Amino acid sequence: MNFEISKEPIDIQSVIDKVVQREAGAITTFIGTVRELTHGKKTLYLIYEAYESMAVKKLEQIGTEIKERWNGAEVAITHRTGKLDITDVAVVIAVSTPHRADAYEANRYAIERIKEIVPIWKKEHWEDGEEWIGNQLETVAYPKGKPEAEDLNE
Amino acid sequence: MNKIMFFAHLRDRVGEESVTRDVSGKTIAELKQLLEEEFGLMLDSVMAAVNEEFASDEEVIQNGDTVAFIPPVSGG
Repeated sequence: MNFEISKEPIDIQSVIDKVVQREAGAITTFIGTVRELTHGKKTLYLIYEAYESMAVKKLEQIGTEIKERWNGAEVAITHRTGKLDITDVAVVIAVSTPHRADAYEANRYAIERIKEIVPIWKKEHWEDGEEWIGNQLETVAYPKGKPEAEDLNE
Repeated sequence: MNKIMFFAHLRDRVGEESVTRDVSGKTIAELKQLLEEEFGLMLDSVMAAVNEEFASDEEVIQNGDTVAFIPPVSGG
Protein backbone atom coordinates (compact mmCIF):
# COMPACT_ATOMS: atom_id res chain seq x y z
CA MET A 1 0.00 0.00 0.00
CA ASN A 2 2.46 2.66 -1.14
CA PHE A 3 -0.35 4.97 -2.34
CA GLU A 4 -3.04 5.97 0.10
CA ILE A 5 -5.78 8.43 0.89
CA SER A 6 -6.06 8.91 4.65
CA LYS A 7 -8.76 10.44 6.81
CA GLU A 8 -6.36 10.32 9.78
CA PRO A 9 -3.22 12.42 10.35
CA ILE A 10 -0.30 11.11 8.26
CA ASP A 11 2.56 9.37 10.03
CA ILE A 12 5.46 10.83 8.04
CA GLN A 13 8.00 8.21 9.11
CA SER A 14 5.77 5.36 7.96
CA VAL A 15 5.64 6.85 4.45
CA ILE A 16 9.44 7.17 4.41
CA ASP A 17 9.86 3.61 5.64
CA LYS A 18 8.01 2.28 2.58
CA VAL A 19 10.75 3.46 0.20
CA VAL A 20 13.77 2.27 2.17
CA GLN A 21 15.87 0.01 -0.07
CA ARG A 22 19.45 -1.20 -0.03
CA GLU A 23 20.06 0.23 -3.52
CA ALA A 24 19.14 3.77 -2.44
CA GLY A 25 21.66 6.50 -1.81
CA ALA A 26 18.99 9.10 -1.12
CA ILE A 27 15.45 9.51 0.11
CA THR A 28 13.69 12.82 -0.45
CA THR A 29 10.54 13.63 1.49
CA PHE A 30 8.05 16.30 0.50
CA ILE A 31 5.59 17.42 3.17
CA GLY A 32 2.75 19.61 1.94
CA THR A 33 1.23 21.72 4.73
CA VAL A 34 -1.77 24.01 5.07
CA ARG A 35 -0.69 27.64 4.60
CA GLU A 36 -2.42 30.44 6.44
CA LEU A 37 -2.04 33.25 3.89
CA THR A 38 -2.74 32.96 0.16
CA HIS A 39 -2.41 36.24 -1.75
CA GLY A 40 -2.85 38.05 1.55
CA LYS A 41 -6.12 36.28 2.38
CA LYS A 42 -6.31 34.46 5.70
CA THR A 43 -7.40 30.83 5.62
CA LEU A 44 -9.10 29.50 8.76
CA TYR A 45 -9.08 25.82 7.71
CA LEU A 46 -9.44 23.57 4.66
CA ILE A 47 -11.64 20.65 3.76
CA TYR A 48 -10.07 18.11 1.37
CA GLU A 49 -12.40 15.81 -0.56
CA ALA A 50 -11.27 12.95 -2.81
CA TYR A 51 -12.77 10.57 -5.32
CA GLU A 52 -10.92 8.03 -3.26
CA SER A 53 -10.85 4.91 -5.46
CA MET A 54 -9.76 6.88 -8.52
CA ALA A 55 -7.34 9.02 -6.51
CA VAL A 56 -5.49 5.91 -5.34
CA LYS A 57 -5.28 4.66 -8.94
CA LYS A 58 -3.90 8.01 -10.11
CA LEU A 59 -1.31 8.06 -7.30
CA GLU A 60 -0.27 4.57 -8.42
CA GLN A 61 -0.01 5.87 -11.98
CA ILE A 62 2.34 8.63 -10.80
CA GLY A 63 4.44 5.97 -9.09
CA THR A 64 4.60 3.99 -12.33
CA GLU A 65 5.56 7.09 -14.33
CA ILE A 66 8.38 7.84 -11.89
CA LYS A 67 9.75 4.29 -12.05
CA GLU A 68 9.79 4.54 -15.85
CA ARG A 69 11.65 7.85 -15.83
CA TRP A 70 14.04 7.32 -12.94
CA ASN A 71 15.77 3.96 -12.73
CA GLY A 72 15.61 2.21 -9.41
CA ALA A 73 13.14 4.66 -7.84
CA GLU A 74 10.73 3.65 -5.10
CA VAL A 75 7.77 5.91 -4.36
CA ALA A 76 5.20 6.26 -1.59
CA ILE A 77 2.49 8.92 -1.37
CA THR A 78 -0.21 9.52 1.25
CA HIS A 79 -2.75 12.33 0.86
CA ARG A 80 -5.01 13.43 3.67
CA THR A 81 -8.74 14.19 3.39
CA GLY A 82 -11.22 15.86 5.72
CA LYS A 83 -10.80 19.04 7.81
CA LEU A 84 -7.26 20.35 8.13
CA ASP A 85 -6.09 23.27 10.22
CA ILE A 86 -3.24 25.66 9.47
CA THR A 87 0.16 23.85 9.56
CA ASP A 88 -1.48 20.40 9.28
CA VAL A 89 0.15 17.95 6.86
CA ALA A 90 -1.92 17.47 3.70
CA VAL A 91 0.40 15.24 1.68
CA VAL A 92 3.62 13.30 2.16
CA ILE A 93 5.70 12.06 -0.78
CA ALA A 94 8.78 9.89 -0.26
CA VAL A 95 11.08 8.91 -3.13
CA SER A 96 14.24 6.84 -2.89
CA THR A 97 16.77 6.46 -5.72
CA PRO A 98 20.38 5.34 -6.05
CA HIS A 99 21.58 8.96 -6.49
CA ARG A 100 20.33 12.17 -4.87
CA ALA A 101 19.63 14.27 -7.97
CA ASP A 102 17.05 11.77 -9.16
CA ALA A 103 15.37 11.65 -5.77
CA TYR A 104 14.86 15.44 -5.80
CA GLU A 105 13.65 15.54 -9.39
CA ALA A 106 11.29 12.60 -9.08
CA ASN A 107 9.78 13.98 -5.89
CA ARG A 108 9.10 17.34 -7.56
CA TYR A 109 7.52 15.50 -10.47
CA ALA A 110 5.18 13.66 -8.10
CA ILE A 111 3.74 16.79 -6.45
CA GLU A 112 3.27 18.55 -9.80
CA ARG A 113 1.44 15.50 -11.21
CA ILE A 114 -0.77 15.32 -8.11
CA LYS A 115 -1.89 18.86 -8.89
CA GLU A 116 -2.81 17.76 -12.43
CA ILE A 117 -4.37 14.33 -12.41
CA VAL A 118 -5.37 13.20 -8.92
CA PRO A 119 -9.06 13.82 -8.13
CA ILE A 120 -8.70 15.66 -4.83
CA TRP A 121 -10.22 19.06 -4.11
CA LYS A 122 -9.82 21.56 -1.32
CA LYS A 123 -12.42 23.91 0.02
CA GLU A 124 -10.93 27.03 1.57
CA HIS A 125 -12.73 28.51 4.54
CA TRP A 126 -12.03 32.17 5.25
CA GLU A 127 -13.42 34.60 7.81
CA ASP A 128 -15.87 35.90 5.21
CA GLY A 129 -16.78 32.79 3.24
CA GLU A 130 -15.77 29.55 1.63
CA GLU A 131 -14.96 28.30 -1.86
CA TRP A 132 -13.90 25.16 -3.67
CA ILE A 133 -10.49 25.79 -5.20
CA GLY A 134 -9.68 24.50 -8.64
CA ASN A 135 -7.32 25.18 -11.44
CA GLN A 136 -4.23 25.72 -9.30
CA LEU A 137 -2.03 25.37 -12.34
CA GLU A 138 -4.05 27.98 -14.23
CA THR A 139 -4.63 25.57 -17.09
CA VAL A 140 -8.37 25.77 -17.34
CA ALA A 141 -9.06 23.05 -19.86
CA TYR A 142 -7.18 20.02 -21.03
CA PRO A 143 -7.57 19.95 -24.85
CA LYS A 144 -7.27 16.20 -25.04
CA GLY A 145 -9.74 15.68 -22.23
CA LYS A 146 -7.04 14.77 -19.76
CA PRO A 147 -3.72 16.18 -18.63
CA GLU A 148 -0.70 15.14 -20.66
CA ALA A 149 2.75 14.44 -19.29
CA GLU A 150 4.08 17.37 -21.34
CA ASP A 151 1.78 19.76 -19.48
CA LEU A 152 4.03 19.41 -16.46
CA ASN A 153 6.67 21.93 -17.40
CA GLU A 154 4.39 24.55 -18.89
CA MET B 1 -28.29 2.10 -15.68
CA ASN B 2 -25.42 4.41 -14.87
CA LYS B 3 -24.14 5.98 -11.68
CA ILE B 4 -23.17 9.61 -12.22
CA MET B 5 -20.93 11.11 -9.54
CA PHE B 6 -20.27 14.74 -8.64
CA PHE B 7 -17.48 16.33 -6.64
CA ALA B 8 -16.53 19.66 -5.06
CA HIS B 9 -18.69 22.60 -6.23
CA LEU B 10 -20.67 20.32 -8.58
CA ARG B 11 -21.79 18.21 -5.60
CA ASP B 12 -22.87 21.35 -3.74
CA ARG B 13 -24.86 22.49 -6.77
CA VAL B 14 -26.55 19.15 -7.48
CA GLY B 15 -27.16 18.49 -3.78
CA GLU B 16 -26.27 14.81 -4.19
CA GLU B 17 -23.06 12.80 -4.32
CA SER B 18 -24.46 10.81 -7.22
CA VAL B 19 -27.57 10.25 -9.30
CA THR B 20 -28.69 7.20 -11.29
CA ARG B 21 -29.72 7.60 -14.91
CA ASP B 22 -29.85 5.40 -17.99
CA VAL B 23 -27.46 7.24 -20.30
CA SER B 24 -25.93 4.27 -22.13
CA GLY B 25 -25.30 5.04 -25.79
CA LYS B 26 -24.78 8.74 -25.11
CA THR B 27 -21.42 10.44 -25.38
CA ILE B 28 -19.85 12.33 -22.49
CA ALA B 29 -20.57 15.57 -24.37
CA GLU B 30 -24.26 14.65 -24.66
CA LEU B 31 -24.44 13.75 -20.98
CA LYS B 32 -22.76 17.03 -20.04
CA GLN B 33 -25.45 18.91 -21.96
CA LEU B 34 -28.25 16.97 -20.23
CA LEU B 35 -26.77 17.68 -16.79
CA GLU B 36 -26.19 21.34 -17.61
CA GLU B 37 -29.89 21.63 -18.42
CA GLU B 38 -31.14 19.57 -15.48
CA PHE B 39 -28.95 21.05 -12.74
CA GLY B 40 -27.75 24.35 -14.19
CA LEU B 41 -24.13 23.18 -14.13
CA MET B 42 -21.21 24.61 -16.09
CA LEU B 43 -19.23 21.61 -17.33
CA ASP B 44 -17.00 23.22 -19.99
CA SER B 45 -13.76 22.96 -18.04
CA VAL B 46 -14.80 19.83 -16.16
CA MET B 47 -13.18 16.52 -17.02
CA ALA B 48 -15.10 13.28 -17.00
CA ALA B 49 -13.99 9.87 -15.83
CA VAL B 50 -15.58 6.61 -16.89
CA ASN B 51 -14.96 3.75 -14.48
CA GLU B 52 -12.18 5.77 -12.77
CA GLU B 53 -10.24 6.60 -15.94
CA PHE B 54 -10.25 10.01 -17.67
CA ALA B 55 -12.52 10.01 -20.71
CA SER B 56 -12.83 12.32 -23.71
CA ASP B 57 -16.04 14.14 -24.69
CA GLU B 58 -16.46 11.68 -27.58
CA GLU B 59 -16.42 8.54 -25.43
CA VAL B 60 -19.68 6.56 -25.58
CA ILE B 61 -21.11 5.48 -22.24
CA GLN B 62 -21.95 1.78 -21.86
CA ASN B 63 -24.62 0.24 -19.65
CA GLY B 64 -23.29 -0.12 -16.11
CA ASP B 65 -20.51 2.45 -16.53
CA THR B 66 -19.86 4.81 -13.63
CA VAL B 67 -19.35 8.36 -14.84
CA ALA B 68 -17.72 10.95 -12.60
CA PHE B 69 -17.35 14.65 -13.25
CA ILE B 70 -13.98 15.93 -12.12
CA PRO B 71 -13.62 19.71 -11.71
CA PRO B 72 -10.07 21.07 -11.96
CA VAL B 73 -8.28 19.37 -9.09
CA SER B 74 -6.64 21.15 -6.14
CA GLY B 75 -4.87 18.51 -4.10
CA GLY B 76 -1.32 18.65 -2.83
